[in-house]
Amino acid sequence: MNPSTIASPALFSVDGLVGVVFLIMVAITLIGGLIACNSDRLVRSVAGLIVCFVGVAGIYYFLNSPFVAMMQILIYVGAVAVTISFAIMLAAPEEKKKIGITGPLAGPLGFGTAALLAGGFAVLALQTDWPVQAKINDGSVKQIGIQLLTDYSMVFELVSIVLLIAILGALVIARDGREGQ
Amino acid sequence: MTLALYNNLATYLVIGALLFGIGIYGIVTRRTLIGMLIAAELILAGSSINFMAFNRFTAPDPVTGQVFALFIMAVAAAEAAIGLSIIIAVYRQFKSIDTEDAVQLKG
Repeated sequence: MNPSTIASPALFSVDGLVGVVFLIMVAITLIGGLIACNSDRLVRSVAGLIVCFVGVAGIYYFLNSPFVAMMQILIYVGAVAVTISFAIMLAAPEEKKKIGITGPLAGPLGFGTAALLAGGFAVLALQTDWPVQAKINDGSVKQIGIQLLTDYSMVFELVSIVLLIAILGALVIARDGREGQ
Repeated sequence: MTLALYNNLATYLVIGALLFGIGIYGIVTRRTLIGMLIAAELILAGSSINFMAFNRFTAPDPVTGQVFALFIMAVAAAEAAIGLSIIIAVYRQFKSIDTEDAVQLKG
C-alpha cells in the first residue's frame, strides 16, 4: 500500500494509460469543485458541480463500482443538478448584487479553515497504516441486489419512506403562501 | 509512480479530503443559500469517496460501502429537495436568497 513500493508502469502500456485516465478524472473532479465554490454566478457554480460529479463517477468506476458510478450520474447529474438549476431560475438572484465570495470569512480565515481540515485529513490518511482484510465476495451488482433485499432490506424500506416524506414536505413548504397571489 | 496512483488507498483518501476542504471553503464563504447547498453537496461527495475507497481496499465485504454510498445519494437527494423548497419559500417571503437578508429572528 505504500506508494514508493509500487513500480510505475510505462506510459503506453495498458496500466499506464489507465493511470492517465485516472489523473484526468481527478483533475476534472477538483477543477469542477473549485469552479462550484468560486464562480461569481450561481449558474456557473451548478455547471462546475456537474463537472465535479462526472469526475466523481469516474473515480467510482476506478473503485470497482460501475453500478454506483452509473447511479452517481443518474441521481446527481440527472436529478439534483437539474433541481438546483430550477431553484436558481425560480428564485432568480438579483444580478446587480455581488453573489460571489464576500463576507467576514471570505479571506484568509475561510481558506485557512478549509486548508487545515483538508491538510489534516490528508496527513492522517497518508500516515495511518490501514489494515487490509481478505474479500468474502466480489462486490458485483448481483451481490449488491442480494444484500439490499436481505441484510439491508429494513434500511432500504426506510430510505424509501424518507424520500416519500421529503417529496411531500418539499411540496408543502414550496406551496405555502401561494394562495394570496 | 504517478501512473500507479489509482491502485493506492491513500490517493482516494486525499481526493476525498480535498473535496471536503473545497466544500468547507464554499460553505463558509458563500452568501447565498443555493451556493451553500452546492458546497454541501461537495462535502457529501468527498465523504462518499472515502467510503468507497475503504470499501475497495480494506473492507472484507465489498458490498457494504457501495450500499452506504447509495444510501448517501438517496439522503442527499431528499436533502436537496427539502433545502430547495425552503429556499423558494424564503425567496417568496424576503424576495432574496441572500443569507443576510433573512434576519427576522435577529435580536
